[in-house]
Amino acid sequence: MEYEAVIGIETHVELATDSKMFCGCPAHFGADPNTNVCPVCLGLPGALPVPNEKAIEWIVMIGLALECEIAHRSQFHRKNYFYADQPKNYQISQFDVPVCSAGMLEIEADGRSTRVRINRVHMEEDTGKMIHIGGGGRIKDADHSLLDFNRSGIPLVEIVTEPDLATPQQARAYAQEVQATVLALGVSDAKLEEGSMRFDANVSLRPKGTGRLGTKVEVKNMNSFRSLERALTYEIERQTAALEAGEQIYLETRHWDESAGVTGGMRSKEESSDYRYFPEPDLVPIEITDTRRDAIRQGLPELPAARRSRFASLGLDPASVAVLMSGGLELAGIFEGACEAGADPKTIANWVTGEVTAFLRRESVQLGETPLTAEHLFELERLCAAGDLSSTAAKQVLVGVLAGEGSPAIVARARDLIQISDAGALATQIDQVLADHPEEYQRLRDGDAKIIGYLVGQVMQITAGRADPKVVSSILAEKARG
Amino acid sequence: MAFRVRSGPIYNRRMAIDIDIAYVARLARIELSEEELERIGRQLGGILEHAALVQELPTDGIEPTSHPLPMVNSFRPDQVIPPIERETALSQAPESEEGYFRVPPTLEAE
Repeated sequence: MEYEAVIGIETHVELATDSKMFCGCPAHFGADPNTNVCPVCLGLPGALPVPNEKAIEWIVMIGLALECEIAHRSQFHRKNYFYADQPKNYQISQFDVPVCSAGMLEIEADGRSTRVRINRVHMEEDTGKMIHIGGGGRIKDADHSLLDFNRSGIPLVEIVTEPDLATPQQARAYAQEVQATVLALGVSDAKLEEGSMRFDANVSLRPKGTGRLGTKVEVKNMNSFRSLERALTYEIERQTAALEAGEQIYLETRHWDESAGVTGGMRSKEESSDYRYFPEPDLVPIEITDTRRDAIRQGLPELPAARRSRFASLGLDPASVAVLMSGGLELAGIFEGACEAGADPKTIANWVTGEVTAFLRRESVQLGETPLTAEHLFELERLCAAGDLSSTAAKQVLVGVLAGEGSPAIVARARDLIQISDAGALATQIDQVLADHPEEYQRLRDGDAKIIGYLVGQVMQITAGRADPKVVSSILAEKARG
Repeated sequence: MAFRVRSGPIYNRRMAIDIDIAYVARLARIELSEEELERIGRQLGGILEHAALVQELPTDGIEPTSHPLPMVNSFRPDQVIPPIERETALSQAPESEEGYFRVPPTLEAE
């Protein structure tokens, strides 16, 4: 029997607010353990939460970007569970009335576009970070665990899809589109490697063409887009093999093991009612009027889909557009900055998706960590357009600018890459070459135009590539005509 | 956490609500003796009976209330307030290690 996969994705996005969701502790990543904590985020008895207004505004922005309906009135619930990452024994979350519901995100994958329905987008708080000591870092073999509550209480938005995805490639495209969306909104740094964006996937199989849903398995712990795709590919193969062998699929949570390339069982999935949700008595309802909602909608920036089609309208090929969009906001931003200054979009796109991307990968750095600016790109493009730099030299200058050697003009001079286009300045070098190659000079004088290319090459060599080949070529052609 | 005793469902006369006291106790990580299961089950039944009186009131067209005060949108601006000293935070912990709270290993739930 042939099976088809049914995939739904839950995305957790940490908001990049200055302070936490329910207290004023700093919400940034990377501080020493337990230095951004207070009685509220430590879950001490009697501490009272007060919601961060910016986080509420930002979740509405996310909801609107995902074409959701925004609830006029929404409330927080307590999700009760016992685990040391949450000492008050409940997480403040939302239950029956999330801030946003019934949305849609369009993605491109498998050569077609798919509309992924969004079930809900709700507001909650992140939990503390737990490190298991001993037993190879695994929970069940650990000797003890250490807790850092810096992450506890950071505003967390959960985005839940309907089971509308059919392949691991679609799942990946969806995840990347969500990341591009929150980056465009400027509400999260959405770094998978730091955990500020995390994906869980629910996957089940059913006989191809049937409408019913099979038993779903939740897969966790994918911390890159690639591992999301790999984990789903593995899980679909595992479930297919199990069903073909006549085995049953159990409702469970499985953990993706990146190095082994497999998913392993964790625990049987608890029913949602086991969390004994009840309205958070410490918090009053959230009311979002139509006026407020519309004002937030007015302030939405350009979303990835619109930006993508605008880039394509500048004459860029789809592959370049994909690279510009994939680098978060940084690559697209510097590209746009240079174009707005008046540079040729195709030239800039070639540099950004070529030399710049290669440099960042080679040096394992982010664009923001290099000195390169949009003004530099514009200046470089002007030097090329004016004939001061050859296209080869421009790429060398670009690497120099990225490496911190200075502005394009400074790098071009320091590396001696300024193109010699002045006929007078080139005369000496050309005469030198002709003197050194009497045989070829004779052929040139005999009107053999085919020898010009060879002689241009020789001039390029003695000028270390700085001569403008077009000028050299026309001088030689003149000599050939006698 | 194991329970030697598992009580049967308790039926409330008026509401016919089925509560598995042992299950609820297990979710709340409360260990109850057989006598306590029976007694607390009876008390919870009484509470439900009381709640059933409220259920009988005509509430058509009334919005459910999750908070007793008629107020909404009690927010704070996104401003950082200096956190407490780490030593202060850890002073309440039974055990700490290198700036972290230290806790016993977590056992798998049954």
